[in-house]
Amino acid sequence: MTTMLNVRDLRAYYGQVQALHGLEFGLNEGSLTTLLGANGAGKTTTLRAICNMVRTTGSIEFEGAPLAGRSTENIVRLGIAHVPQGRGTFTTMTVEENLQLGSITRKDKAGIVSDIERMYDHFPVLKARHTQQAGTLSGGEQQMLAVARALMLRPRLMLLDEPSFGLAPLIVRDLFKILGKINREDKVTILVVEQNAQLALELADKAYVIETGRIVMSGSATEIANNEDVRKSYLGY
Amino acid sequence: MELFTNQILAGIATGAIYACMALAVVMIYQAIDHLNFAQGEMATFSTFIAWQLIQWGVPYWGAFLITLVFSFIGGILIERVLFKPLAKAPILTNVAGFIALFAIINSCSGLIWDFTIKQFPTPFGSSPFLGSQLISTHQAGMIGVTLILLLLLFFFFRFTRVGLAMRAAASLPESARLVGINTSWMIALGWGMATAIGSIAGMLIAPVVFLEPNMMLGVLIYGFAAAVLGGLTSPFGAVIGGFLVGIFENLAGTYIPNVGNELKLPIALALIITVLVVKPAGLFGRPIVKRV
Repeated sequence: MTTMLNVRDLRAYYGQVQALHGLEFGLNEGSLTTLLGANGAGKTTTLRAICNMVRTTGSIEFEGAPLAGRSTENIVRLGIAHVPQGRGTFTTMTVEENLQLGSITRKDKAGIVSDIERMYDHFPVLKARHTQQAGTLSGGEQQMLAVARALMLRPRLMLLDEPSFGLAPLIVRDLFKILGKINREDKVTILVVEQNAQLALELADKAYVIETGRIVMSGSATEIANNEDVRKSYLGY
Repeated sequence: MELFTNQILAGIATGAIYACMALAVVMIYQAIDHLNFAQGEMATFSTFIAWQLIQWGVPYWGAFLITLVFSFIGGILIERVLFKPLAKAPILTNVAGFIALFAIINSCSGLIWDFTIKQFPTPFGSSPFLGSQLISTHQAGMIGVTLILLLLLFFFFRFTRVGLAMRAAASLPESARLVGINTSWMIALGWGMATAIGSIAGMLIAPVVFLEPNMMLGVLIYGFAAAVLGGLTSPFGAVIGGFLVGIFENLAGTYIPNVGNELKLPIALALIITVLVVKPAGLFGRPIVKRV
């Protein structure tokens, strides 16, 4: 297995405040990795750092190429799709326009059309609502739309920031099932940041635990799920 | 009754001027979320370029096209040099930038072409339109051009990739970057398009009000009024707003005693304030609602 994303000594700053203190981790190609941590641990900052949306030092390499100095849009164009916290839905546009925006950097018209159909297969509710303004969708539907929009890029790597946030438990299960399917069938490497540790660990094959801007634990998802500290702090039993 | 319909017709004719300017105002507002106070002066400068070309013997439509391209590139240059560095600055800094630009371009026009008024030709002729004394062929042509422009903009934003990307960049810059859109260039493109539309407005208005460096001063305020009335987020609203302001101005001038030419400008300003107080999103604008 080759390493797709390699993060070394990553430090991130919001003004004078340092949010990440020398993070080190890697993502294997084809893996589904979860990053666990409490509020304010630096999970979102880590994802934002990968896409150069926050000031950082250290090195991030994607498929051997350093990401430093690249703009957010250029990093996305390398095939890194980012589903941000709060979903980033273009609320005034239709569902279909949101999907088209996901593929705005692609040139293959036929491929885009067939991919939109594929998304409608993954998420039938989006097909039913494809002419509706995206802002009128429910939270769960908007999250599906956000995932579908990210997939329209045909990403190599997908970053998800708390996809379960604000969703009903049943919908979260559906969503995670689809994420697993995308990972297996479309060979998309996935890094998912979660507070819902239990579900994330069921889904993932590798896990990192982050505390106040440092990785404090790493291992296979099963190892982490069986770790006593993790159980007490994040799983609550 | 005949006086009334006549005044409405005349109002639509002047309204076309405001509609055209309002379109340019809305374009820039969509791109950068600010009103560009220098837009009128930029349009005037472009019109002077067209005038100069025609003086040098370039045929009207040739001069028209060259001016369009010049304005488009000029708008992009102004954004790259002046306003890109101010992108993260507070609003007041941007406003100061607009005012500086206003003064600079106004003085440049005066310096290069002096302040005497100049005749500007019309491609549509100025005979009565369909036998009506109230509306000339030029004014009819102006209404036509405005409507065609509106239609083109509609198709551009609705059905092209760049149009979609521009809308995305304007509504949610961060999300737009996350799908790979270069938002900074979309803003520059918005400046280019707004400047080009402004130059069309200038070239259509100049035959009516005569060309001189301060030609657009009043027109821009009416353009603002029209854009605010129609809704700053809606190109369609801006055009309707333009016609409504024109009609309103004419009716007020006719029926309200003591509102002559002197008091027409305060009417536009009163209209802006009234709309902002009563219906801030304008007639066709989208109110910004945020979920909390």
